[in-house]
Amino acid sequence: MAGPAPAPDAPTREVTRHVAIAGNPNCGKSTIFNALTGLRQKVGNYPGVTVEKKTGRFFGSHGEPMELLDLPGSYSLQVRSPDEAVARDVLLGRLPGVPRPDVIICVVDASNLERNLYLVAQMLELHIPVVVALNMVDVAEKNGVVIDLMALREKLCVPVIPMVGTAGVGFIELRQAVSRSPLPAPTICAQMPIVLERETMALAKQLPVAPEVARGEALLLLTLHDEALDALAHHDRTIIDLTRSTQQRLTASGIDPLSAPVDARYAWIGQVCAAALHKGAGHDSASLSDQLDGWLTHRVWGWIAFLGIMALMFFCIFTVAQYPMDWIDGATAVLADFVKAKMPDTDLRGLLTDGVIAGVGGVVVFLPQILVLFFFLGILEDTGYMARAAFIMDRLMSKVGLHGKSFIPMLSSLACAIPGIMATRTIENRKDRLVTILVAPLMSCSARWQVYAVMIAVLLPSGSAWLKAGIILGMYLLGLVTALLMAWLFKKKLLKGETPMLLLEMPPYRVPSFKSIALRMWERAGLFLRRAGTVILALSILLWALATYPKPANADATPAEALAHSAAGRMGHAIEPLIAPLGYDWKIGIGLIGSFAAREVFVSTMSIVYNVESNDQDTAPLRDTMLGEKRADGRPVFTPLVCLGLMVFYVLAMQCISTVAIVRRETNSWFWPLFQIAYMTGLAWIGAFIVYQGGRLLGFQ
Amino acid sequence: MTAETGDVLSGLKIGEKARVAGFDLPPEHRQRLLEMGLTVGAEFEVVRFAPMGDPIDIKVRGYHLSLRKKEASGVRVTRL
Ligand SMILES: Nc1nc2c(ncn2[C@@H]2O[C@H](COP(=O)(O)OP(=O)(O)O)[C@@H](O)[C@H]2O)c(=O)[nH]1
Repeated sequence: MAGPAPAPDAPTREVTRHVAIAGNPNCGKSTIFNALTGLRQKVGNYPGVTVEKKTGRFFGSHGEPMELLDLPGSYSLQVRSPDEAVARDVLLGRLPGVPRPDVIICVVDASNLERNLYLVAQMLELHIPVVVALNMVDVAEKNGVVIDLMALREKLCVPVIPMVGTAGVGFIELRQAVSRSPLPAPTICAQMPIVLERETMALAKQLPVAPEVARGEALLLLTLHDEALDALAHHDRTIIDLTRSTQQRLTASGIDPLSAPVDARYAWIGQVCAAALHKGAGHDSASLSDQLDGWLTHRVWGWIAFLGIMALMFFCIFTVAQYPMDWIDGATAVLADFVKAKMPDTDLRGLLTDGVIAGVGGVVVFLPQILVLFFFLGILEDTGYMARAAFIMDRLMSKVGLHGKSFIPMLSSLACAIPGIMATRTIENRKDRLVTILVAPLMSCSARWQVYAVMIAVLLPSGSAWLKAGIILGMYLLGLVTALLMAWLFKKKLLKGETPMLLLEMPPYRVPSFKSIALRMWERAGLFLRRAGTVILALSILLWALATYPKPANADATPAEALAHSAAGRMGHAIEPLIAPLGYDWKIGIGLIGSFAAREVFVSTMSIVYNVESNDQDTAPLRDTMLGEKRADGRPVFTPLVCLGLMVFYVLAMQCISTVAIVRRETNSWFWPLFQIAYMTGLAWIGAFIVYQGGRLLGFQ
Repeated sequence: MTAETGDVLSGLKIGEKARVAGFDLPPEHRQRLLEMGLTVGAEFEVVRFAPMGDPIDIKVRGYHLSLRKKEASGVRVTRL
């Protein structure tokens, strides 16, 4: 992005350096990334994988603009899935459109130095200049860990900058270190056993890459296990065969190519730590964390705390978020009324009020809930409780082939699937993540309430509150059980392959930083509004047009007649044979089509279909009309079975275009959201069919 | 499985310390454990079990790592 007239220090000036930032999960990488780039961030996707590509602009110590690329947080460069290949491919400079970084900032958690140095050890093998950001020195100090900086620098032979990311300590030095010119490439790395070294160099000579990266690349190749080697797209067969025969020779000579390099790196780390890491006096604040865990993962108290935290979260979502939701609802209505008052009754006015304002307002109204949920998820993540929740729930989730990390996203989907699906980012395993995304919308979200509320009123106009509550609870359970069953099925059939092992790091508890939580809320909400917003706007307009055109010839037709005449009305007729087995007539068909983009629209569409003035607060008029609705042969339309079937349909059907948009974004493909619509609609049909036909077989109405 | 004799990770009790002696795991799993610092010879301590008995939380190289019993039963150890 070159600016037209390069003014000094202008943000549009051509970037002078491409910097990548890498680190283990939880080392404070995002904190440093955000502090360096502020809000000058861009989020996108790498082609073909589900990994998010985040870049930002920052300035070197002389104001020279640099581009900072956020590499996915990981424990190693070892590649086990296409997603994990991204970091390696960027660092080897072979990802199209992403320049090879000039320097890597490797963020290291000083309070957990030994394991964090593993990634550094791998980075040093790639022959790219490395700057080590030794973060969390405050925590290390509190824990009584003394790090001898001079010794560490000497051992690593790269700049090491002590930092406290959350307090802004060390950023000047960090900028200086990456601005330095020239940046020397690393000269030291872990020494491999002699036989391995010899074979590595022999393989390196055959690789079609620049000589200085060849050794690193060869090592990465040799440590790939069979399957990953087969999946390799970057090299032709000869290289893969060569790698395999080298691996066999190594194995024959008693060296396991998969583990020998790891052992060698840790042996080297051992030497580094022996020289630079001293356990001084001072109380171990980690022991406080341990004590907390004694309670929070206790077999009795742990559950109580867990349930309490989840209950509090939902209480806040449904109470705190209610106020702004009411305001937004009110504002949308006021805006629509205003437009109605100011404009003549034309199609354009209809487009604006019924299409744009109603459609977009209907989505924005969920934003407060989404934000509150993001806030809580942020706290859970930042305090470290998220890992405990996964620890507690893992056993249960393993029964359906998932692991504990899938629990919180699924639970969040009880409020809204969108934050739930975005929260799946903490699941490293691609298949697990995909399965969680696929089943999350089956959890009954709060938008379903509106449909449940109307249908239960029609089903039991005078039933007891307990019975109503029981049925609604049943709907929630149906969603949950189906989600778990489908997860199990998907893991078993669709995305089979070896179940990944669970490796869960339990970071020490931390006081959350509200600034970083706010930033993340801002980022995710913005993402939701931008990505979903455009799709929602387009679809709202489309659905409005479907429900408006063609217009009836008769100018003073009632809205109900007009709707019946429109494309949507005709589609309702067209799908009647499909939905007749569920006991639905074409009018319900219109409701299904009209609520395709947002399930709660079902209520307002039905109000138009039946020509009733209704509002959200009072469903009585709609209820009475629906109760009085008769078929051609005089039988009522909304029999108990039809009502129950409709509720089941809405439990299982996707009917939410915002979710489609977010799934499209998070999976970086159209296949998965379309697949999701198909399978959920199929399930919904089957569910409603079983209720209606099964009920009739049993002699119910 | 030799869990009863106590020479695999899953057979250890809370508070017990041990050293990794070897693995009976598929190569990919073994590699991941190694990369997390559970190398042969590494010392660790069993800290706790999850409320439902699985996974196991251990402390290795100064940090907490949880793994399932299934994999833990493939980690051979020598008690300290
Ligand atoms: N005490 C302390 N906390 C930090 C520091 N850097 C980051 N944190 C906190 O550590 C947690 C994890 O940081 P984050 O940037 O999300 O880590 P990431 O997973 O590597 O992106 C957050 O709660 C941060 O507020 C630091 O230098 N000192």
